[in-house]
Amino acid sequence: MSSQEHTVAQVHRDDIGARMGMWLFLFTELVLFGGMFILYSVYRYKYPEAFHLAAKELNTIVGTFNTAILLTSSLTMALSITAIQKKQKALSVFFQVLTIVLALGFMVNKYFEWTAKFHHGIYPGSETLLAKPAGEIVFFGLYYVMTGLHGLHVIIGVVLIAVMMRFTSKGIITSDSYVKLESAGLYWHLVDIIWIFLFPLFYLIT
Amino acid sequence: MENNQEEHLEHSEHSHGYGVYILVWLALMALTGVTVAVAGINLGGITIATALFIASIKTYLVLTIFMHLRSESKTFRVFVGVALLFLIISFILLFSDYSFIVRN
Repeated sequence: MSSQEHTVAQVHRDDIGARMGMWLFLFTELVLFGGMFILYSVYRYKYPEAFHLAAKELNTIVGTFNTAILLTSSLTMALSITAIQKKQKALSVFFQVLTIVLALGFMVNKYFEWTAKFHHGIYPGSETLLAKPAGEIVFFGLYYVMTGLHGLHVIIGVVLIAVMMRFTSKGIITSDSYVKLESAGLYWHLVDIIWIFLFPLFYLIT
Repeated sequence: MENNQEEHLEHSEHSHGYGVYILVWLALMALTGVTVAVAGINLGGITIATALFIASIKTYLVLTIFMHLRSESKTFRVFVGVALLFLIISFILLFSDYSFIVRN
């Protein structure tokens, strides 16, 4: 290993280090959401009926549709990395655009979902919500905080991918150096994984 | 020249074809369908367990294929494995503690 030329070894090591740093950051995200999942579990155990009743208010079809959108956006993100590896720059940019469009679609659905809830008077601190039993108040509190924080991650992801798109088209991200795109991809897939767990826990309580 | 080849080899090790990703995506979509379908059936106590089990399979697919852990060096797999292990340990400890409090 030491007999190899320094330049190659250096580039090689940086890429691995960058990805590892990204993973390390993702672990902190895991702890952030993990804490909320613990909170959710304890309250669900405490108020099973209220959670069941409150979950009925959520639209399963919108939730399922959004899951499909986010999974597809993860696919297009992965494909954009393959495209840049295969030196297909235009295709890579196209897949990144597609990822952003899908992410925005997810947020548009979320917007309609939340405004529909607001119209029914269900939002944190509202009179309608506070008149409900304690378990339901907790359910909607968790729902708004957890899907809200996830939504914030989606918005950050969109900004991140938009920057990567610019990097790719300007030639900063190339087929030889695409660790930035990979790291943005890792972040995006984590956002997807979190939704994979949020979806059944909020929308599919039977 | 040798170095270039080396570098090229390193990169190609990472790249799957497009096909693998599309297959994984199809699997993820199918599993989502299964989760929704299963939620309609009352499985009693194992309903949550089933949902979490399917979510875990989906997560495994995303981690290994989309997040490239399968083609990453062993260090990465150990790295992520240890992080997940400790997350699970903290979950187990907390839930056992909570159930102890509830029972008493």
